[in-house]
Amino acid sequence: MNSSRIPIRKEERPPRLIDDEGRRVDGRLPDELRPIKIEVGVLKNANGSAYVELGRNKIIAAVYGPKELHPKHLALPDRAVLYCRYHMVPFSVMERKSPAPSRREIELSKVIREALEPALFLEYFPRTEIDLFIEVLQADGGTRTAGITAASVALADAGIPMRDLVAAVAVGKVEGRIVLDLCDIEDKYGEGDMPVAMMPNLGQITLLQADGVYSPEEIKEALKLAMKGIMKIYEVQKEALKRKYIELKREVEEDYGKK
Amino acid sequence: MAIYFSQREIVVPGQLLAKGPYKLGSNVYNIGQNIYSSVVGLAELKNNVINVIALKSTYIPSPGDLVIGKIINVGVTSWQVDIASPYTAILQASDAFIKPIDVTKESLRKYFDVGDYIIAKVLAFDKTRDPLLTVKEAGCGRIEKGTVVEINPSKVPRLIGRKGSMISLIKNELGVEVVVGKNGRVWVYSKDKRAEEIAVRIIKCIEREAHISGLTNRIKRMLEEVKKGE
Repeated sequence: MNSSRIPIRKEERPPRLIDDEGRRVDGRLPDELRPIKIEVGVLKNANGSAYVELGRNKIIAAVYGPKELHPKHLALPDRAVLYCRYHMVPFSVMERKSPAPSRREIELSKVIREALEPALFLEYFPRTEIDLFIEVLQADGGTRTAGITAASVALADAGIPMRDLVAAVAVGKVEGRIVLDLCDIEDKYGEGDMPVAMMPNLGQITLLQADGVYSPEEIKEALKLAMKGIMKIYEVQKEALKRKYIELKREVEEDYGKK
Repeated sequence: MAIYFSQREIVVPGQLLAKGPYKLGSNVYNIGQNIYSSVVGLAELKNNVINVIALKSTYIPSPGDLVIGKIINVGVTSWQVDIASPYTAILQASDAFIKPIDVTKESLRKYFDVGDYIIAKVLAFDKTRDPLLTVKEAGCGRIEKGTVVEINPSKVPRLIGRKGSMISLIKNELGVEVVVGKNGRVWVYSKDKRAEEIAVRIIKCIEREAHISGLTNRIKRMLEEVKKGE
């Protein structure tokens, strides 16, 4: 009877995380990002939305507002409140995750909010609230950074005034080497993980976390590598935001030309 | 002095638009001499002013604006009005009637009830308190007939057109009455139900294509086609 049941797939630690040629478990070079795809305006009901695929990560971000804040006593007299919820759906990981927000998700919600707040002109909308929802549909390491990338695009799509977009990526240490954009296995079995979020045009870091042990040289190298990855992600963000308008423009012009 | 965009180019938040002593228009900000966009929109340089026309925006009331509101609550001496903005507006009974009424004897519900649409003017607003409305001015009051359509407030200038050219085009060609609220709500009325429906469709089309050049020509052609079809 049991043989008819599909066993839960478990990913085991591969014998080597980086082979002799410097290739990682998924065949990437140490300074290589996973394939990234961003789509804007995927949700009809939200004021702004974005869908991000980074390797096997699949993340949706939705923005509502600015809107009236309830209960009113939570309103701030000089700026908008950014409410942020990072959440993983139960099927986003191999073993079912309880749908209730975990300790980790509550903390990440706060960390993501703080990574985005410096980029927003919240003072333009006193006493209001902006809601931001990040849903992880499929997780494969680096969801907080991919979530920030998605969220900043969704905020821009919602028309909320921003100083800059925020792009984020994780760097880390795997078998003694500094690598870009850790996947789940590298995150689990590597020696360290360092998520970084930045406003690329202003050159300011809005999120920097790290676990593991690094030498000062390694930190410098890691930040340099993160910046390189962030610039690449930023280009994709920019292209995605412009593409929505350019596609509509092409469609309208073709329709007009046909007649 | 340097400009980093072409006229009406689509730009994103944080994009460097110019360096130098330019004047700041809307949806831009500066750090020293560097001027950046703060929204997704179309960048423009006119008379030394750098401007970005946002593709989407939120309506923030400003005194003197004509808006279309929806009554959401009736109090003893005032109404609460939804004006498609993060800030709920208040209409005081004293700003609704020229002759004062005795609120101890009659209910305000007799005049405007929950769900009614009104055309009103913003009296005062400073972000620290809710906006105040008035319906004492000409053209204001309850909407009794016709349709109210909602569009994004960033498209309102396009719907009105230069010196009202677009809106008068629709009015003249279709024979409809139109009032455009600054908050993105538009009232359309005609005795001819079909003309009203066409006007609504055209307004929705303007909303979709507002920021694509050649809008007036496309709308003119749409109106011609409608006429041919009759």
